[in-house]
Amino acid sequence: MFCSEKKLLEVERKVKANDREYNEKFQYADNRIHTSKYNILTFLPINLFEQFQRVANAYFLFLLILQLIPEISSLTWFTTIVPLVLVITMTAVKDATDDCFRHKSDNQVNNRQSEVLIDGKLQNEKWMNVKVGDIIKLENNQFVAADLLLLSSSEPHGLCYIETAELDGETNLKVRHALAVTSELGADISRLAKFDGPDTKLMQNSGKTKFKRTSIDRLMNTLVLWIFGFLVCLGIILAIGNSIWEKQVGDQFRSFLFWKEGEKNSVFSGFLTFWSYIIILNTVVPISLYVSVEVIRLGHSYFINWDRKMYYSGKATPAEARTTTLNEELGQIEYVFSDKTGTLTQNIMTFKKCSINGRIYGEVQDDLGQKTDITKKKEPVDFSVNSQAERTFQFFDHNLMEAIKLGDPKVHEFLRLLALCHTVMSEENSAGQLIYQVQSPDEGALVTAARNFGFTFKSRTPETITIEELGTLVTYQLLAFLDFNNIRKRMSVIVRNPKGQIKLYSKGADTILFEKLHPSNEDLLTLTSDHLSEFAGEGLRTLAIAYRDLDDKYFKEWHKMLEDANTATDERDERIAGLYEEIERDLMLLGATAVEDKLQEGVIETVTSLSLANIKIWVLTGDKQETAINIGYACNMLTDDMNDVFIIAGNTAAEVREELRKAKENLFGQNRSFSNGRVVFEKKQQLELASVVEETITGDYALVINGHSLAHALESDVKNDLLELACMCKTVVCCRVTPLQKAQVVELVKKYRNAVTLAIGDGANDVSMIKCAHIGVGISGQEGLQAVLASDYSFAQFRYLQRLLLVHGRWSYFRMCKFLCYFFYKNFAFTLVHFWFGFFCGFSAQTVYDQWFITLFNIVYTSLPVLAMGIFDQDVNDQNSMDYPQLYQPGQLNLLFNKRKFLICMAHGIYTSLALFFIPYGAFYNAAGEDGQHLADYQSFAVTMATSLVIVVSVQIALDTSYWTVVNHVFIWGSIATYFSILFTMHSNGIFAIFPNQFPFVGNARHSLTQKCIWLVILLTTVASVMPVVAFRFLKVDLFPTLSDQLRQRQKAQKKARPLHSRRPQTRRSSSRRSGYAFAHQEGYGELITSGKNMRAKNLPPTSGLEKTLYNSTSWIENLCKKTTDTVSSFSQDKTVKL
Amino acid sequence: MAMNYNAKDEVDGGPPGPPGGAAKNRRPDNTAFKQQRLPAWQPILTAGTVLPTFFIIGLIFIPIGIGIFVTSNNIREIEGNVFMYYGLSNFYQNHRRYVKSRDDSQLNGDSSALLNPSKECEPYRRNEDKPIAPCGAIANSMFNDTLELFLVGNASYPTLIPLKKKGIAWWTDKNVKFRNPPGGEPLAERFKGTTKPVNWVNPVYMLDPDSDNNGFINEDFIVWMRTAALPTFRKLYRLIERKSDLHPTLPAGQYYLNITYNYPVHSFDGRKRMILSTISWMGGKNPFLGIAYIAVGSISFLLGVVLLVINHKYRNSSNTADITI
Repeated sequence: MFCSEKKLLEVERKVKANDREYNEKFQYADNRIHTSKYNILTFLPINLFEQFQRVANAYFLFLLILQLIPEISSLTWFTTIVPLVLVITMTAVKDATDDCFRHKSDNQVNNRQSEVLIDGKLQNEKWMNVKVGDIIKLENNQFVAADLLLLSSSEPHGLCYIETAELDGETNLKVRHALAVTSELGADISRLAKFDGPDTKLMQNSGKTKFKRTSIDRLMNTLVLWIFGFLVCLGIILAIGNSIWEKQVGDQFRSFLFWKEGEKNSVFSGFLTFWSYIIILNTVVPISLYVSVEVIRLGHSYFINWDRKMYYSGKATPAEARTTTLNEELGQIEYVFSDKTGTLTQNIMTFKKCSINGRIYGEVQDDLGQKTDITKKKEPVDFSVNSQAERTFQFFDHNLMEAIKLGDPKVHEFLRLLALCHTVMSEENSAGQLIYQVQSPDEGALVTAARNFGFTFKSRTPETITIEELGTLVTYQLLAFLDFNNIRKRMSVIVRNPKGQIKLYSKGADTILFEKLHPSNEDLLTLTSDHLSEFAGEGLRTLAIAYRDLDDKYFKEWHKMLEDANTATDERDERIAGLYEEIERDLMLLGATAVEDKLQEGVIETVTSLSLANIKIWVLTGDKQETAINIGYACNMLTDDMNDVFIIAGNTAAEVREELRKAKENLFGQNRSFSNGRVVFEKKQQLELASVVEETITGDYALVINGHSLAHALESDVKNDLLELACMCKTVVCCRVTPLQKAQVVELVKKYRNAVTLAIGDGANDVSMIKCAHIGVGISGQEGLQAVLASDYSFAQFRYLQRLLLVHGRWSYFRMCKFLCYFFYKNFAFTLVHFWFGFFCGFSAQTVYDQWFITLFNIVYTSLPVLAMGIFDQDVNDQNSMDYPQLYQPGQLNLLFNKRKFLICMAHGIYTSLALFFIPYGAFYNAAGEDGQHLADYQSFAVTMATSLVIVVSVQIALDTSYWTVVNHVFIWGSIATYFSILFTMHSNGIFAIFPNQFPFVGNARHSLTQKCIWLVILLTTVASVMPVVAFRFLKVDLFPTLSDQLRQRQKAQKKARPLHSRRPQTRRSSSRRSGYAFAHQEGYGELITSGKNMRAKNLPPTSGLEKTLYNSTSWIENLCKKTTDTVSSFSQDKTVKL
Repeated sequence: MAMNYNAKDEVDGGPPGPPGGAAKNRRPDNTAFKQQRLPAWQPILTAGTVLPTFFIIGLIFIPIGIGIFVTSNNIREIEGNVFMYYGLSNFYQNHRRYVKSRDDSQLNGDSSALLNPSKECEPYRRNEDKPIAPCGAIANSMFNDTLELFLVGNASYPTLIPLKKKGIAWWTDKNVKFRNPPGGEPLAERFKGTTKPVNWVNPVYMLDPDSDNNGFINEDFIVWMRTAALPTFRKLYRLIERKSDLHPTLPAGQYYLNITYNYPVHSFDGRKRMILSTISWMGGKNPFLGIAYIAVGSISFLLGVVLLVINHKYRNSSNTADITI
């Protein structure tokens, strides 16, 4: 009842069951789950504190404080406080709504009902009120919301089956066993709460969600630092200018420009000027940048949520962007790490085909006798005659049914074997229907198939198996159960039929089983072998089926030896294994089965398309190597066209290293043979970095590595070999990996390749990798929620990944880059004018524009058009994005926004600011207006320049926008209109009459904007700023068009013609021979069955024969526990709780 | 409790899903907006649009430039109204501390601001415990030379050219922005309790005998208060109105300019100028704008030609057809 815990402080817990008073002394956490951050009272202080921890906000607060110092204040306080308050309010509202949802979901979980034993009575209690030490009664199909210790259950021997879908996504059942002491106590399942609320294994494992940032975010932060450095430089230049000016000019100007006491020092004046300019120039990185980026990402997230093409009607699940801050990273993915079960495959096995005695059944032929794919037109076999048939099972080949009716003995034997040789348990539900409980879906598929063809497995006892053979009940005596394990790769049963014949039925991996065949089987073997290749080529999981007639005497001898071996103390396992080998020989081949591990829909297309987009897909699965490779072939990640598939399966670090090295040599060797002339050259390159070598690799390679080897390969000195090799391979499959290893692999690639990674999975065992990767995607709509809860994006089908990356990701990246380019350009153009003006105003930090203009420029006059572009822009439509996966590559190569692009934007901005300042300067120098009154006054100058700026940046956004929706039109034209209306309002008599000190520009708009020469200046400025850009862009599109440019032109040309035909990648199937046998279940169930421990008492036979099969009643439970905890412990990492 | 192996899950296309109502609600709406299919105009920079634009800009800008240039050069002809300006150079009316050293409320006739001017006016806010009206550095440094123009002509003594003092300020400045303190009594009374700016000779209510041009609404004062954008500037000083259509406003002849020198500029190395100018449809003489237009127009035209040549020579023939994958 005590558990080892990882906390140092708490070595063990002593809990008195059902004694709340005693247990309360320890002040264990209660069972309420808190994921919310705030409550009503703490919201404001905590939220504000959090917000001002963000560097940007703190920086603007600092600026605000600077502005309050009158000697420095070059801008009035409202220019900073208005945007700051706006931003903080928006963020606060968003945080508050997020937290509301969290409160809601917490409440939902906390208020689930449970039955707790209080004061000797079972009472309904909410889960959140369950205390440590409470005894809880659970019934079938109830949720468990705490770590529990199983005391007893209604099942025999205190067993209970639990589904861990919420933990690891696996829907098959796990067996848990109550302690022997307590198992006799109660009839229903009762459990003792062990750890509560935040102490539960799950909450302990969930860890703190790391705050993920996109690479654009990081780049942006770097750039902001650059800009800040740049500003400091400008500030220093201007400050020095100020000192010199004050000394040489200002000093003489004293009669007009009085100096206060204490300021009579040009150096000090320069110092103050520095800060003043920092305030003025900070608009290069306005706070609205951060807000706009968030708004754009939010918009993109909504588009993902709204996308009907990512809505799965089967489970009524729309795609969901759970994190709204990572969208553009979706356009830069280089590595996808995928789970297998439930992600690539549906975890549903279907009996598809079989080969019996050299004949294939299950192939669908059309009238001409040609093989065709299964179409709806073809009539499935009618099973309605068979009352036991599972109605949903479909088989399209009528020949098998015919053969059964004709009484072909081999066919009968084949189906009999399927009905007898398995570990399935049967149960009748209330409606009298037969229901199978399976440990492995493979077996389920086979037994169900046999059932539909008239060989129904009805029930079993430790000693017998009862099946219904075409309507007649037959009971077989189960003499021995030769269990499956990883080395044997087969399982067998030895039964005695009612006629007294003893038969051994065996099924297993073809490679293993074929070695055990009787020599007379040679012809059949060749034939079946061909069939197996064919099945494997279609991506089906295959099993070979064989039997052996046993002599009564021989069996008895053998059985005697087996019993001896079982009781032996030393080398027991080896001896048993030897005996199994001994009897499983001279088998007669019956045929083979082919089970489809159903892929999710569209997996092949998606994988092909993503590969074309240069995205590398790594499969990380807990499955066996064979299964994993099989699936790799099934979904075209592995093909026979590949030059080589390296399999790393070493057991020691040295072995693994050796294998990796060999694989690498092999790779280079082959490569060299392709290009003979460059051997020397390449040898030299070999010494260099992997990334360099990567370019010279021709041909496709794949790497398969199992978890055991991976553990060694992840050690620091082998790591690089692994990484180098893995990155040169087109496909990497890691099998038998633990959740922790999944995360380590992701971490490895993330760290050393500097690549953007995406992890996709559906179960709790994928959580660690989902959290570790840059982007985590959860498959939703399944029973398990953990993966989805940890994920950044979720949708119901793997195939939606294609659309998420190629359409949404690409667009997001494209839009975000365009947005950033324009935004930096705009603000450089806007702000640097102050720098030029500094040279003409005695470096006094006088602003060029009206203070109100500075306040509103970024948040009102120019925010919406660029937002509209950032949200709606498309270069090519979604269909083309999907059809031409190559369009994805600019994102991976980081081409659309990088430091170089930034410098170009900056240069563009600087050029524009020059044009903006010096054209009006030239025109205003000594000029007079058309009414003769002077024109070159500060206010007219400000209005002219502001108007030019607004028009220039609007024209620029118009040029940048490639997809003009209604919204873009409204925003662009609306912004210009808004500018003029606000301008005229702020320069109106009315508003001056109310606040004469705040609006000193009265009458200016009217006076300036009615002058022809002002408009001539604005026009000239606009044309001069925009013309070079147009010329440059035109040249680029004209001479070096990108794929996107070409598609845009074609899209435009074909707009009125028919829609572009979809270039679906052809799905190819390879047809190499692969043995694909893999039981998805664990070893040990054979013992469980023969012991009868998992059967209800009423089914138990008289105890007389029990001893015969129940060799070792304690060992099987230990074995089973050991094996199950293996898988569990891998999930809970180091926190195994011993039962 | 146990997992039921339901072969029902094997049906192609997945399970049927929950009852219709819930399913319908969760399916995203099929609107053009949500599906990002909004109808849109997708302009592309093509030779067909860019090249003509460059040529058109060239063809429009060059004539405009020539027009402006010619007009601007013709401005010296003394016809129509003649404007008389004074110019100052090296005078930093755009210095931050100078620009803000004023109180617009006071200048707008606000009585409380009159007696208690804004802090921005420091150190020209109070003098000997009395508030300065108008306060601030701008007002204090007002230009106060007097310029008189005489026509020497044939007569033995020169005739004074009549200069108009009113009509030189913006209408909004004169009528909205600047106002004397309210009240019916004489100006001196209304400004009671204030003192003149330090550099001034006379108080603000003695700037001009004409009551409509006195106090804060004195147009010379208003013109000065509209600070210049650049350190070299000129400001309108007087108007010389044309008397009749027959005679030119300023006939050819010898003129004599009499300057009453009050305003020191030597200390800061400044220069004073007096400019006489007429005005055309696009304002005063301004050669820059004309030249700039001609230049930009020519560049545009040239770019058009260059791009045309490049487009014809180097562009890989119809790049829409061969999309290389």
